[in-house]
Amino acid sequence: MAFITANWNPLGEAFYRKVELYEMSWVLRDGLRDSLVAAAPYGGPIAVMKESQCLSPSVRPQLDIYTASGVTMATFPWKSGPVVQLGWSVSEELLCVQQDGTVLIYDLTGAFLRHFSMGQEVVQSHVSEAKIFHSPYGTGVAIVTGSSRFTLATNIDDLKLRRLPEVPGLQGAPSCWAVLNQDRQTKVLLANGPELYLLDNTCCTSVVLPGGSPLDGVFVHIAVSFSYKYLALFTDTGHLWTGLANLQDKLSEVDTKIRSPPKQMVWCRRPQTQQPSVVVLWERLLLVVAVGGDTVQYPLDEACVCVGELDGVRLLSPSRHELLQEVPLVCEDIFKIASMGPGALLLEAHKEYQKSSQKADEYLREIKEQGMLGDAVRQCVEAAGHEQHTHTQKALLRAASFGKCFLTNLSPEAFVSVCRDLRVLNAVRDPSIGIPLTHTQYPVCVCVCRLVYRRLYPLAIEVCRYLKTPEYQGVSRILRHWACSKVQQKGESDEVMVRCISGRLADSPGISYSHIASKAYDSGRTELAIKLLDYEARSGEQVPLLLKMRRSQLALSKAIESGDTDLVYTVVSYVKNEMNRGDFFMTLRNQPVALSLYRQFCKLQEQETLKDLYNQDDDHQELANYYVSASYREKRLEARLSVLQSAVDEYNKAKNEFSSKATEEEMRLLRFQRKLDDEKGAGLLGLSLQATMEALLASGLQKQADHLYRDFRVSDKRYWWLKLKSLAEKEEWEELEKFSKSKKSPVGYLPFVEVCMKKSNKYEAKKYVTKVTPEQRVRAHLTIEDVEGAADAAIERRSEAEIGTVISHCSSSSSSSQRLLLDKLQRALTTANRK
Amino acid sequence: MAAHLTNGRVNLNILREAARKELREFLDKCAGSKAIVWDEYLTGPFGLIAQYSLLKEHEVEKMFTLKGGRLPPADVKNIIFFVRPRLELMDIIAENVFSDKSNSRDYHILFVPRRSMLCEQRLKEQGVLGSFTNIDEYILDLIPYDGDLLSMESEGAFRECYLENDQTTLYHTAKGLMTLQALYGTIPQIYGKGDCARHVANMMLRMKREFAGSQNQILPVFDTLLLLDRNVDLLTPLATQLTYEGLIDEIYGITNGYVKLPPEKFAQKKQGEGSKDLPTEPKKLQLNSAEELYAEIRDKNFNAVGAALSKKAKIISAAFEERHNAKTVGEIKQFVSQLPHMQAARSSLANHTSIAELIKDLTSKRSVQEHRNAFEADGFVFCPVASEAFFDNLTVEQEFMTGVDTDKVNTYIEDCISQKDPLIKVLRLMCMQSVCNNGLKQKVLDFYKREILQTYGYEHMLTLNNLEKTGLLKLQTNSRNNYPTIRKTLKLWMEDANEQTPNDISYVYSGYAPLSVRLTQVLARPGWRSIEEVLKMLPGPHFEERQQLPAGLHKKRQQGENRTTLVFFLGGVTYAEITALRFLSQMEDSGMEYIIATTKLINGSSWIKSLMDHPETQIP
Repeated sequence: MAFITANWNPLGEAFYRKVELYEMSWVLRDGLRDSLVAAAPYGGPIAVMKESQCLSPSVRPQLDIYTASGVTMATFPWKSGPVVQLGWSVSEELLCVQQDGTVLIYDLTGAFLRHFSMGQEVVQSHVSEAKIFHSPYGTGVAIVTGSSRFTLATNIDDLKLRRLPEVPGLQGAPSCWAVLNQDRQTKVLLANGPELYLLDNTCCTSVVLPGGSPLDGVFVHIAVSFSYKYLALFTDTGHLWTGLANLQDKLSEVDTKIRSPPKQMVWCRRPQTQQPSVVVLWERLLLVVAVGGDTVQYPLDEACVCVGELDGVRLLSPSRHELLQEVPLVCEDIFKIASMGPGALLLEAHKEYQKSSQKADEYLREIKEQGMLGDAVRQCVEAAGHEQHTHTQKALLRAASFGKCFLTNLSPEAFVSVCRDLRVLNAVRDPSIGIPLTHTQYPVCVCVCRLVYRRLYPLAIEVCRYLKTPEYQGVSRILRHWACSKVQQKGESDEVMVRCISGRLADSPGISYSHIASKAYDSGRTELAIKLLDYEARSGEQVPLLLKMRRSQLALSKAIESGDTDLVYTVVSYVKNEMNRGDFFMTLRNQPVALSLYRQFCKLQEQETLKDLYNQDDDHQELANYYVSASYREKRLEARLSVLQSAVDEYNKAKNEFSSKATEEEMRLLRFQRKLDDEKGAGLLGLSLQATMEALLASGLQKQADHLYRDFRVSDKRYWWLKLKSLAEKEEWEELEKFSKSKKSPVGYLPFVEVCMKKSNKYEAKKYVTKVTPEQRVRAHLTIEDVEGAADAAIERRSEAEIGTVISHCSSSSSSSQRLLLDKLQRALTTANRK
Repeated sequence: MAAHLTNGRVNLNILREAARKELREFLDKCAGSKAIVWDEYLTGPFGLIAQYSLLKEHEVEKMFTLKGGRLPPADVKNIIFFVRPRLELMDIIAENVFSDKSNSRDYHILFVPRRSMLCEQRLKEQGVLGSFTNIDEYILDLIPYDGDLLSMESEGAFRECYLENDQTTLYHTAKGLMTLQALYGTIPQIYGKGDCARHVANMMLRMKREFAGSQNQILPVFDTLLLLDRNVDLLTPLATQLTYEGLIDEIYGITNGYVKLPPEKFAQKKQGEGSKDLPTEPKKLQLNSAEELYAEIRDKNFNAVGAALSKKAKIISAAFEERHNAKTVGEIKQFVSQLPHMQAARSSLANHTSIAELIKDLTSKRSVQEHRNAFEADGFVFCPVASEAFFDNLTVEQEFMTGVDTDKVNTYIEDCISQKDPLIKVLRLMCMQSVCNNGLKQKVLDFYKREILQTYGYEHMLTLNNLEKTGLLKLQTNSRNNYPTIRKTLKLWMEDANEQTPNDISYVYSGYAPLSVRLTQVLARPGWRSIEEVLKMLPGPHFEERQQLPAGLHKKRQQGENRTTLVFFLGGVTYAEITALRFLSQMEDSGMEYIIATTKLINGSSWIKSLMDHPETQIP
């Protein structure tokens, strides 16, 4: 622990340290010289490929993908054209920009994913240089062609090529250039000799560096900081200019006294930086130039590559992988030699405590006297997060925990979360995993996703469980990913595969089996896909894929299962187009739900098909009904009659005697009506039997009406009603009386009273009151407004209810007769009650 | 605006707000001025979600009704079609789009309640699918009607489910219940009776599995869901509802919370306008619990409404009298501050007194004097027909429900046919007789059918067929008439129904206790196990399901806290049934509160009407 500051170098007001991350386990035959090397930020993977011009044309270069610790993830011979640039997308896909402008995309395992082109004209002019950059919109690619034209794609997942305007006076490649991201716009800053130009979508502007003192010499290198906020330029006179990327402000200008052009130049900063710097790399020298002008030199014994990070620079050499960063202020406070910071004292106190020395108490007392114990704990916790080595982390956390004991109101949150984060970080930093994330770079989701990209499913699941990520977002997603890659593997039989997948995924919520199945289908394993679909809980999701796989029968039953009728319709209409009519009907026959839905559809859209459907099912009843409604669509009587005849036949087949008879009667009626219409122009056709008789009676065709009455066996009651109404309507009172006497009325005589009163003929009405049955007599009297008569009848019948009815009809007027009547009724009521 | 939705046990305004939010989001998706072309059927239900003002705020400038031919001219950027997913509507839309010549417009379709691949396919066939910028769905399944009432306003639900075996509405029901659970928490217990209920429950359980993992963490508001098939209780809707609200619906029909009334009664109420012409437009009134008086009287038996109204009249006039007692400036100020409320109460009272009078004229026996007055005033013939008919009809209904002579041809029905009374009325009675007799004898059934065909015309063959298919009308098979058993076990007929101060749900039909509500009541206490026998006699399976709640969401019930049940009527519910459930909620010892949901608010007539077929007649 005493040596913790051994690798620290002071730079201006701050310290810089170079921490070893890994001893590289890779074996590189020629080091990193003459190779294209791309290392993804956030401790991402490394791709290495020999530069093509260094090889004889007949030899195919090898593309290797390693973890940050140098473990091989993939290696394969490059079979496409010459590659200009390698780079990584934000989702850790490898982009290989070819000379002809084609960009090929591979995943971490070296599997080819897709490709796109940077434009047709590039095929001719060739890519002379390419850069892969990251922005809030995703991963972008920028190229400059042999004819000095720039083309940009800001997001490879939503490809839109932008050809930038021409740069005046630029011949051949620019001396150096960089992609800037400003005001939500992607621009290119380029140097042509001593001149600088800024290229955006529409124009090319010449720019000058702010801050006076024009630099003499030619710009040979440009570096933009990780956040696109700062800019550094290096001239062939050895001057390093630093400033803001918006070219508004200058930070400093330093003369490095090294005139040869650097191999690489990278900003080295961290959030809340004290002393930002630019790391300049030559073949044998690494120079850290602080903005303030101080420098640190690291001689190199082998070729290196710098990788810019959010909080430092990683140095990649054939044998080692190191992190160069500004020492965080807390760490400095604790570990700086002779530091009296509260954290440093606490660490010391804990050390003494472990030695059972009473000095521990002294240190503690000292911190407490300053009232700094809370700060001390916080410092130790924070510093632990920044340390790479576990024993340092432990020492700091133990000290923090020790200090915590003497505090009562310190929130444990920070302590717990740092412990948790470190646990995950240490797990992924392990050389076998090889993701050297720092605590500053640690956003959880990214971490799990990246394990998944590397197919480190068990660890990913462990992490999710440890972090208590909800199943739905964590473990389920990982398992889905696993299953998707599993089904693309060859070799295992469908059964084994399904058992393996379903066994693993069984009770994880929110798994989309249809998604996995469609992956299986895409890789040509239809049977496997079908078997997997069986596990899909959402029937609706199964249908589209099943249709795509031409399993329409299965799709149909799944659609029905889902209950979504629209889905059923969709499959039905699909099946209808796919099959011949016979098979289609047979299919429906086995699926009653689909059949009735299709019937509904036919009712509205294809009446004829409906008929065929019923025919096929020998559903005579429905077929007859179909004919009945079809008959109404026929304009000509003959046609209508023949359709009705079909209905009769079908009703007979359905053994529906009533309906067949009723239909026959209707046909008879129609014929009768037509005959009469022809003879007398009566306009009867289409009327009901009742209406026909009514019309006949109204126009005095008594005989014909009587004929219908007999012929259609109309009930007596109804006919009597009809007749007496018609007579009253015509006010043929004598006829009515004659009719009443023709035989005993089947409807009684109250109707006679009523029809008369309807015509306000009280005189005629009275004639029938006496004939009314005793039960209805009260009502008859009331109908002719004879309250007294009603009262007498009611009293005679001694019916409580009827007396009550009469009472309610008695007006409350005070005429003496009324009062007498009321009294009489009341008395009768009491007697009736008593009874 | 929607205060009445928050009155109940469950704040249904959450649902309405969610629906409004979604509507606003859709409207904002179509930037610029808009015209909405409405599928006419949707305007009513939408009115319950959003008024025109909301649409206006989102730049809706014009509204049209969807019809064939050309769109009416409108100077707007967007044309939005609000339609149900029906093929015939797609054809109209295609016609509209084709005939519209202006190229600068954006077209959008909003499918309610769900988009349909079939319809999109149709648009594609018509060659207009590409013309639409947005094709979206507006998931409007359950529409809040009142503080305790949700309806899907799906007109053909019963016909679809029981006649056509089309389960679209049931799918929407299940989806709607999922939405409801997303807002109000998982309902831990599901009971049901009937095939459709079983189907809906199955779909719900499957959907829940499908969304497993994305469980919501809302404390459940509903304890129980009861799904009831309408065909379990075919009897209740056939009977004439005798509550105030029920009678308004029976006589004038309530649609989407509004009733249209004959204007005469409301004309002379306006003072100071002199003898202006009688308004010819029907009077439109909104009926819901936002109106204090209506909330008070709607659930009363109509015979108790008069007393309630006169009591209210006294209170209001007493309140107005208060002004004479107001002496100090402070008192006067207080009185004045109450004036708007009192005036609203007074106009509400006037409205309901008029409605009650209208109903009374049609339902109760008027005194001779009144008849005479009517005769003299209106020049009408002395004719007690309307009220007598109502009474006679009621008597027959009650005979059927009590099981009197249900196996013979009923003379009243016969007379009604002879008199050519409205067919629906005849069918209602006939079906009732059939239901109360567990089917009619062949002879009786054939007689009725023949009478109907001969009197109303042969075209009703199809309607009769439909009634038979749904079981409303049926042939008695060898099996025993089990209606009396059901009636006795469930106490469907209460001899001494108290209409004024009810003590049992039977007051809503003046004696008949709706079967559906009895089932609900028994479920709450003592449980369905006590009536296994009867349940077996009613069609379809009965079942119970439990839905697992996420840990920590189990309700800790306070002492005496009521449980809440959502009763879902698949195929429609009547106002009287709702009233009966409200009555159960208010009963002190029931320990249960009910929220009612349904596919459609129905009454016997609208229900029978939905089952009728009208072949388009071509006169040869």
